Amino acid sequence: MSKLEKRLRNLFSSPRKGETFELKSGLASNYAMERKESIRRVIAAMTVGKDVSSLFPDVLKNIATHDLEQKKLVYLYLMNYAKTNPELSILAVNTFVKDSEDPNPLIRALSIRTMGCIRVDKMVDYMATPLRKTLMDTNPYVRKTAAICVAKLFELHSDSCIEQGFLERLVELVDDSNPMVVANAISSLVEISRFSNDPSVLNLSPVVLKKLLMTLNECTEWGRITILTCLADFETTNSEDAFHIMERCSPQLQHENPAVVLAAVKVLIKNVDQIDGEAKLTLLAKLSSPLVSLLSTPPEIQYVGLKNIKVILEKYPTILSRELRAFFCKYSDPLYLKLEKIEILIRLVNDSNATLLLSELKEYALEFDQQFVDRAIQAIGQIAIKLPSISKKAVDILYDIVATRPEYVINEAIVVLQEFLRRYPVEFTSSIIPIIADLSIQDFNNSKAISSYIWIIGEYTSKIPHLESKLQRVAESFLEAEPSVQLVSLTTVCKCHLFKPTAQTQQVLQKVLEHATQKVDNSDVRDKAFIYWRLLSLEQEHIQKEVILTTLPKLDTIIPLFPTSVLNELVNEISMLSTVYEKPGRDFVNTDDANRYFNPNIQSRRIEELQLMAKREIMDNTVKAEHLLDFDDGIEEDGLSGPNSIGINELNELNDLFSGFNVSPSPIE
Amino acid sequence: MASSIHFLDIKGKPLLTKDYKGDIPVTALERFPLLVLQGSSDEYNTKPVFQDRGVSYAYLIHNDLYILALARGNVNIYSIMVFLRRLIEVLESYVKRLVEESIRDNFSIIYELLDEMVDFGTPQISDVQMLKQYIKVKHFKLEELINPIKALDNDQKVKVPMALTNSISWRSEGIFYKKNEAFLDVVEAINMTVTTTGQVITSEILGKIKIRSQLSGMPDLRLGINEKFLNAGLDRLNGGTENLTNDFGLEDIKFHQCVRLAKFENDKIITFIPPDGEFELMNYRILSPPNLVPLILVDYKLQNHSNTRLELFVRLKTNFKRRLTCSNLELLIPCPDDIDSPSFQTSATTSKCKIKYVPEKSAILWRFKSIPGGKDYSMIAELNLPSVKLQENEDQLKKITKKPIKVNFQIPYFTTSGLQVRYLRINEPKLQYKSYPWVRYVTQSGDDYIIRLK
Repeated sequence: MSKLEKRLRNLFSSPRKGETFELKSGLASNYAMERKESIRRVIAAMTVGKDVSSLFPDVLKNIATHDLEQKKLVYLYLMNYAKTNPELSILAVNTFVKDSEDPNPLIRALSIRTMGCIRVDKMVDYMATPLRKTLMDTNPYVRKTAAICVAKLFELHSDSCIEQGFLERLVELVDDSNPMVVANAISSLVEISRFSNDPSVLNLSPVVLKKLLMTLNECTEWGRITILTCLADFETTNSEDAFHIMERCSPQLQHENPAVVLAAVKVLIKNVDQIDGEAKLTLLAKLSSPLVSLLSTPPEIQYVGLKNIKVILEKYPTILSRELRAFFCKYSDPLYLKLEKIEILIRLVNDSNATLLLSELKEYALEFDQQFVDRAIQAIGQIAIKLPSISKKAVDILYDIVATRPEYVINEAIVVLQEFLRRYPVEFTSSIIPIIADLSIQDFNNSKAISSYIWIIGEYTSKIPHLESKLQRVAESFLEAEPSVQLVSLTTVCKCHLFKPTAQTQQVLQKVLEHATQKVDNSDVRDKAFIYWRLLSLEQEHIQKEVILTTLPKLDTIIPLFPTSVLNELVNEISMLSTVYEKPGRDFVNTDDANRYFNPNIQSRRIEELQLMAKREIMDNTVKAEHLLDFDDGIEEDGLSGPNSIGINELNELNDLFSGFNVSPSPIE
Repeated sequence: MASSIHFLDIKGKPLLTKDYKGDIPVTALERFPLLVLQGSSDEYNTKPVFQDRGVSYAYLIHNDLYILALARGNVNIYSIMVFLRRLIEVLESYVKRLVEESIRDNFSIIYELLDEMVDFGTPQISDVQMLKQYIKVKHFKLEELINPIKALDNDQKVKVPMALTNSISWRSEGIFYKKNEAFLDVVEAINMTVTTTGQVITSEILGKIKIRSQLSGMPDLRLGINEKFLNAGLDRLNGGTENLTNDFGLEDIKFHQCVRLAKFENDKIITFIPPDGEFELMNYRILSPPNLVPLILVDYKLQNHSNTRLELFVRLKTNFKRRLTCSNLELLIPCPDDIDSPSFQTSATTSKCKIKYVPEKSAILWRFKSIPGGKDYSMIAELNLPSVKLQENEDQLKKITKKPIKVNFQIPYFTTSGLQVRYLRINEPKLQYKSYPWVRYVTQSGDDYIIRLK
């Protein structure tokens, strides 16, 4: 077979099949429309998660185009495969550099933005020159993009970013005439200081402060958030400065973007302590309606807003006391939101609005979602323990609820009643004991409820009817119970025996102690049983009573509050994730995170090596793809044709690409 | 800020991904459906922000989609979530309705927007009017096919609007209209919880002023609102909490970014250069407005005939002036899931209203196309329950009496808060044209106008 013949046969052989092949030929089409459409299809395949990296050289050939949409699509492709095939993306450097000098600012910005997203160490050398140019571009749109790019470069290779003096450039940009450039420069600096854990990167001098305050009213909503957050971190030392900052930021409380509002709230909260007296109260009062306005958002955002309100409320408990109704649960709220609203409600309650809240909580307790009902009952307990003035009413309401639907509420109600008795040991026994009287241990299904029930029996032995039979039941279920229940059972059984030493209590006591010392493997339970046993055999009743019948300290509140140090940290981190997780950032941010996603192998290679790797990878992919496509291709091909020949063609085309590789890395100064 | 943004279907399958920082492992996204479902059997109750293996997840649910942001470290989560919400709005102005289908069909424009709106995780721009100037909805034009070179030329003209990075970033120069008009809509949505006896438990008015501006050049607008209303608002701003001389109960006013906030706070003047087209100038919230009576009163009784047959009596009263007319009044009355051959009677003529059973909402819908004030109608619905499941029926009955009746309505030419627009002055310093402001008022039900049953 002559060469000519082979070529002819190749020419007339049936076309290859498969999507990859179709795309490949589409990308090399003579018609611009067809090429563009093929790129779109490649991106579509990429979007649904197909691996189209084998088409890299074909897509790359389309990068030099005047069609902006097509360029964007090619760049998108590059960014996507930069992550998995970083060595491939180096091939596009040439075009990036050329685009960064395009007359259209949109393209200049696009190229510098995309370049920063290609996370290959070697890219740093090629990025330096275009970045330096674009940072001084006449068009603010390009400058603002370049400002962000400095942060990208820093995270890629912080040393070279510092060596080349980009940080100083960035600091200069803070003084730019354009508000958006200023905001992005600040955002970039904040990001860098967060990444390098070095707060000195962003030096908030009085000059910078003045600039920020001036820019604040002029930038976009997102720029305002950046600047306000930055202002909040400025440590004021005297009341004059603090007042000035607050005065300039407080109009932002009326912004329609709730994130701007919260950022402004943060500035006020950080500075308000510098001021005393009447002025401070006025400033705090200013916060209430903006905070309530955070509720006019979709539920997911409301949730985060409520978490922040909770932190602010613990710092300044009185600022929202007039706004109770705003936090009432709506019927359509998702559960997580309702639960969070109750958290706020119980913190807002005071003597004047407690009655209102109680009747609202009663409504909640009559709903049908078990978790919500439980939480509502708990909340009734929490506010009644906080405020003695409504305790009577609260008990009555609990009584009502238990009477109307015992099966739904009894588990939670008994826990609340127990807490009630620990706060008001004598006042309400006449209403609480009747609720307990008819219940037995089988009516409860969780250990917390059972423990509470058993504790009440032990505490009010003299008032409980049918004490012996109740104790009998406790003893019967002793072995199956959780350790926490076993511990309280031991105490209760002993107490009952001390109060009412009858044959029956004696028998129950004996049985429980025997079980606890012989059959239980929990050491706490066993030890406690031994101690009681020893005590009871002492025959010294006053010591027994002193130990076993000791009264627990009175409860003050059962609303859990943040420890002061944690609270102060959380206030500093308003609007951040820490407020949602309710722990300071340092507790959940792993410092090792700084060494992020990097592939050390690729980083250390030289550029020539990367080129070689890229070639090889493309060839392998092509071969693989061809094989896959060939499987239903009936024609057997020999020798030079087939996969290899295509590989060689491919290589030739690639050489074209590489030969254009004439941008040299800029020397490091 | 956010490391990546993802769109996923309701099962958690990724539809589109935009990675900004490359610091999130691929496995993080794969774990998302597991994590969301693990929280509880009802996916809607999983908290919208959580952390797993060092990655923080934050999502919004929108039309059976998850819009998810992933992040590392202690980021400003509130602004991320507000941004996601804004992103949805922007995308919906491009693709009408953001659903699985429309994401697939418009992936390239969505990528373009995601690239433009956020850089390295920091939100850059979210102003629809501005974005539309340089990211255009693409559709094939015949011209392009015939003369591709000319089309290319057109594309070349896509430039960043100069205004984008300026301090007035929401409006470009050189806008021109033959007829200069501004349409002002005052819309007040009422949320209320009322008992069947007409007692108000909670009430609020969510008001907003929307403007559609068709004005040339760079017009400077000044909006005049009745003094009393404004004073009440300012009083609240300055923290005058105890001062209840405030007749309105006005809680809070929020403005679009074009309004000069400092000017409002200092001089009580609302001045602004509007964006072109439609936007929301301001919104306000009034909590427990003192003068607000329930506009629609509903009385309700349920008679249970031994758990096999139910009779619902519903009485409806329109409690506003006779000269006003309410349109699209709807009552959604809860009923058990499984009912049989419902029959309805009403005192209104059948041409005025429609009653039907809506099984997917487990409710009976009573609907009036339009109804004047001061009217009083009643309705009886007879529902048969499946006789085999008596116990279940009883449980269901308990449940439906806890569900509220939902009321939807609209009353045009009417506001309840007392806000009045006195004037809208339009001044374009260079062009000095004549312009026409129009004002319209409407009061409607909010998402939560409900009648609580006892």
